[in-house]
Amino acid sequence: MNNTKSITEIQNEIVNEFNFFDEWDEKYGYIIELGKKLPVLEEEHKLSENIIKGCQSQVWLTSEYSDGIIHYKADSDAIIVKGLVSLLIRVYDNHTPDEILSSDLFFLEKIGMMQHLSPTRSNGLAAMAKQIKLIALAYKAKA
Amino acid sequence: MGFIGSNGNIDIEKIRAEFPILHQSIHGKPLVYLDNAASTQKPNVVIDALVSYYTTINANIHRGIHTLSERATAAFEESRIAVKDFINAKSAEEIIFTRGTTESINLVASTWGRHNISKGDVIVLTAMEHHSNQVPWQMLAKEKEAIIRYIPFNEAGELQLDEYENILKENVKLVAVNHVSNSLGTVNPLKQITSMAKKIGAVVIADGAQATSHLDIDVRDLGVDFYAFSAHKLYGPTGVGVLYGTKSILESMPPYQGGGEMIREVTYDSCSYNELPYKFEAGTPNIADTIALKAALDFVNGIGKSTIRAHEQEVYQHAANLIKDIDGLRIIGEAKDKVSVLSFVVEGIHHQDLGILLDQVGIAIRTGHHCTQPLMSKFKIAGTSRASFAIYNTKEEAEKLVAGIKNALKMLR
Repeated sequence: MNNTKSITEIQNEIVNEFNFFDEWDEKYGYIIELGKKLPVLEEEHKLSENIIKGCQSQVWLTSEYSDGIIHYKADSDAIIVKGLVSLLIRVYDNHTPDEILSSDLFFLEKIGMMQHLSPTRSNGLAAMAKQIKLIALAYKAKA
Repeated sequence: MGFIGSNGNIDIEKIRAEFPILHQSIHGKPLVYLDNAASTQKPNVVIDALVSYYTTINANIHRGIHTLSERATAAFEESRIAVKDFINAKSAEEIIFTRGTTESINLVASTWGRHNISKGDVIVLTAMEHHSNQVPWQMLAKEKEAIIRYIPFNEAGELQLDEYENILKENVKLVAVNHVSNSLGTVNPLKQITSMAKKIGAVVIADGAQATSHLDIDVRDLGVDFYAFSAHKLYGPTGVGVLYGTKSILESMPPYQGGGEMIREVTYDSCSYNELPYKFEAGTPNIADTIALKAALDFVNGIGKSTIRAHEQEVYQHAANLIKDIDGLRIIGEAKDKVSVLSFVVEGIHHQDLGILLDQVGIAIRTGHHCTQPLMSKFKIAGTSRASFAIYNTKEEAEKLVAGIKNALKMLR
């Protein structure tokens, strides 16, 4: 079933949640908790074609497409990146390719996490955000 | 420069006052800069030298007849003499200015290497080289069908010279070693390594990037043919490196890049090359930063390497003692002779998470494989967290680091 909330609504929801945190350690503590909660990706999905290599940590991203809806699953070997990965999944999971392709990613900037999305080699997060859209584009082309 | 207090001890607060960048807050906390093995900060004398160059003598060098060009040329060549003295080279023509250690090594690989390495020759590296002293040789070996052998190291991160002795029985033409390891801090016995290589007539190039800010360097005593290092790890500007080579070997080498400055005479059919060191310095060099390098060397000489190293070791030892109490933490690199580099792993914790959380409290460390991937795989780790200490670091900062790690681990576990 399609997500009842739009990608923009989910992002606003996350921004509101983060507004409750006054201190950096509360914010990061929450992200670490999200990282710990996100299920470990099954070994069968940890294939080389699903890996997004950063210089320091890596991200695995896999997807399924059914009834016009994309389901994303992801994992990382570093816990803070994994927490941010979990937020990206929450934003994009259960949406149609068109919804994903027409969306803007703004919540990371608003919660002060943009530094982790910098296009450096240090983690796979920036590449993951790009890959999410590329996957949507591929499914749209196939449909 | 007066950094020694009335009690005869070094006055670190006075030294810190010379580094304007240190006096700022990061995420609301005083900056604790412990990434000195990646790049050191710059004292006022270096920053002033850059400003002074651009505000008083900026001009192209070696070719102008006007006053500014002459002054810039003189300052540039004074820097070369300062470098010569700094490493005790025989003459200033043995000092080539480059962009950095990496370019210095690549220069040797593509000139001396291309002309002297052929099929079946052996190039000896250590198993703890930075990629910059490994990849150029791998590229050369591939091109020439040469063979690369690695000197292994033990658990403490010390080279196994008995293995090196065995390797030297092969057809060894070149030994390329780091003087100090960037990820372990090990001080390698370069003089001994060189004298062993010399017995069989092999050429030796040392990567001194991590050594020059901590150790007195005497290239003639070490006996090396080449010695490469960077200004920016030595309190100097970015974008300047040095390649030392003995006069005889540099004279035997073909030029590196073609262009202005490196020629004597050019016709439509041919050209003849300039003398040393200009033969290897094609094009307009990095004049300002090269001139400012002299200010950095004067700064370091003013304090003295032995004073610098004694202080760094004290801070390092303090951190190492405190850090050992942390559950699941293991120091990577415990050589008997090492500089102030504290590399470690914590069981079950990703180094990147630790680095991110330390940054949140203003502590800058390096995490990752430190451009030494083969070394990391040898220790069966993906990377380490590395704190590296310089002359301006304090014991209080070492304590902040350890407290920061403890707090981060509390959050992550």
